[in-house]
Amino acid sequence: MVQTDRTAYLLCAGLIALAACSSSNSDRTVLQNKGSDTLVNVAQAWAENYSRVKSDVAVVVSGGGSGTGIAALINGKVDIANASRKMKFEEHESMRQNGLKAAVQHTVARDAIVVFVHEDNPVSQLSVQQLACVYGEGGSCSTWTDLGIEVPGCAKQEIIRISRQSNSGTYVFFRETVLGETGDFKLGSRDMQGSKDVVDLVTHTPCAIGYSGMGYANEKLKSVCVSANDGEACVSPNAETAASGAYPIARGLYMYTIGEAEGAAKDYLDWILSPAGQAIVTQSGFVPVN
Amino acid sequence: MTAKQDVNPQQATSPPDDERKARAGSPLERVIELAIKASGFSAILFVFAIFFFVFSTASEFIFEKLDFVEFLTSPEWYPTSLSNKRYGTLALLAGTVSVTGLAMLIAVPLGLGSALFISEFTSGSMKEGLKIVIELLAAIPSVVWGFIGLAVMNPLIIEVFDAPIGLNVLNGGIILGLMSVPIIVSIGEDALKAVPDSYREASLALGATRWQTARQVLFPAARSGLLAAVLLGVGRAIGETMAVLMATGHAVQIPGSPLDSVRTLTATIAAELGETAAGSDHYQALFAVGVLLFLLTFGVNLAADLIVRGRSSR
Repeated sequence: MVQTDRTAYLLCAGLIALAACSSSNSDRTVLQNKGSDTLVNVAQAWAENYSRVKSDVAVVVSGGGSGTGIAALINGKVDIANASRKMKFEEHESMRQNGLKAAVQHTVARDAIVVFVHEDNPVSQLSVQQLACVYGEGGSCSTWTDLGIEVPGCAKQEIIRISRQSNSGTYVFFRETVLGETGDFKLGSRDMQGSKDVVDLVTHTPCAIGYSGMGYANEKLKSVCVSANDGEACVSPNAETAASGAYPIARGLYMYTIGEAEGAAKDYLDWILSPAGQAIVTQSGFVPVN
Repeated sequence: MTAKQDVNPQQATSPPDDERKARAGSPLERVIELAIKASGFSAILFVFAIFFFVFSTASEFIFEKLDFVEFLTSPEWYPTSLSNKRYGTLALLAGTVSVTGLAMLIAVPLGLGSALFISEFTSGSMKEGLKIVIELLAAIPSVVWGFIGLAVMNPLIIEVFDAPIGLNVLNGGIILGLMSVPIIVSIGEDALKAVPDSYREASLALGATRWQTARQVLFPAARSGLLAAVLLGVGRAIGETMAVLMATGHAVQIPGSPLDSVRTLTATIAAELGETAAGSDHYQALFAVGVLLFLLTFGVNLAADLIVRGRSSR
């Protein structure tokens, strides 16, 4: 009897402690933020800087890909999903089926997909059609000679296509913009895990062509000037052309919330769109929205 | 009891009554006996449970949507296409087979050779030192091997073979071969050690050289153990994921030469499974690839088992 009483007391004490704990926790609001690997670095920078602005809000950032982030939003695991593409019809549909409010899209930055080649490659410009001929299923361009280019140090002039794995938002965006709504990639491209791998590989491979978000390009690579159609003037990828939409392979980077953002999430998004938040976008190599 | 006596007649000399009493008096012994039996059977249980899980996850797709001819004979793997999804695994299968084959061409002679050397041609501190170093080799994590493939082998292959890219069958094969060597060495060495010394003595007494003894006496005597060593090496190579994901270039195509990039079955599952919605066609197709991989390793093991049995019954 005494024994059971004691256990009951202990249990009570434990419960009280637990309650106290959780109440002290709730002073600090935690925002869960997950999604696009393209956005993950800038999202982390935002989260870090925001903790200095508002110490009572902690933003937890993780990557995994746009699809993963949106799936987590639908499953109620995150407050804000990061995406480097717009939400798909099916994703909107599955939100509706889960009885959720419609997702609201916030354009937080802009990005251009830079097509790049090895620094020794003499290519100066390519059209979207030529890129489709190189990357697209059924495209007949398999050597640099087919494009009228001679690349020094490249065995057999074979074009080594570097692409991304199918889970990447950059992959989906490139496919949509360059290969068309129903287009597919030609088999046999080297599909890398991340943009950094693409950059590394192209830096060391004279025959290679690759693509990534603007933030990853470096001086050792040669960015290709891209024209929307054969014979048109080409546009170099940079902050102005990406923001104005003149560069043919530019996109918005988005954050999604369920319904209009409220409370801490709204404050956070407002801060991201403020000059302080957008300065971080520029530092990370992307293009600010305003 | 009786079974024990049949197997081991020397035991019959101890009074059977005492033994029975001792066993009945110790429930702990019965518990331990049961536990050992259970752990023996658990291996079978796990194999079936895993196969059941993989197969049942993929079953809806396999029975209702899968076009078997396309799955096995088409190289077109387009699981995320918006207009025309295709689930052909021929190129992935060719990737796995080519990388594993090349790895075995490297690992089997190297592994069996060094097992023979350690077991028969060296002794003392040299032998112990070699064994320790080879065990260390087995302890290197596969992601580190993959990194070596990416950072060291890639530029080296471009340089030496004048290849457009160094992430290919050759790179993956060398990395996987080196990863399989420690397994082949340690199991092969055990198999050779298990050959009774009387065989060696008899052979040498007949005037055979040490090499002749090794080739014509030890290898045949340790045949099944050596084959097991090779098979475990093959198993490691087929199942390895991280290193091949990094070293082979991850390109869906049927290789025409060792300098072509490929993508393996395991790498495809590893790269794509994390991002697919659970239960979707793509998700189930990846489990169907898992079933294929399972059947492949099962086939290799079965074939080798039959070879060993066929030889020994002759």
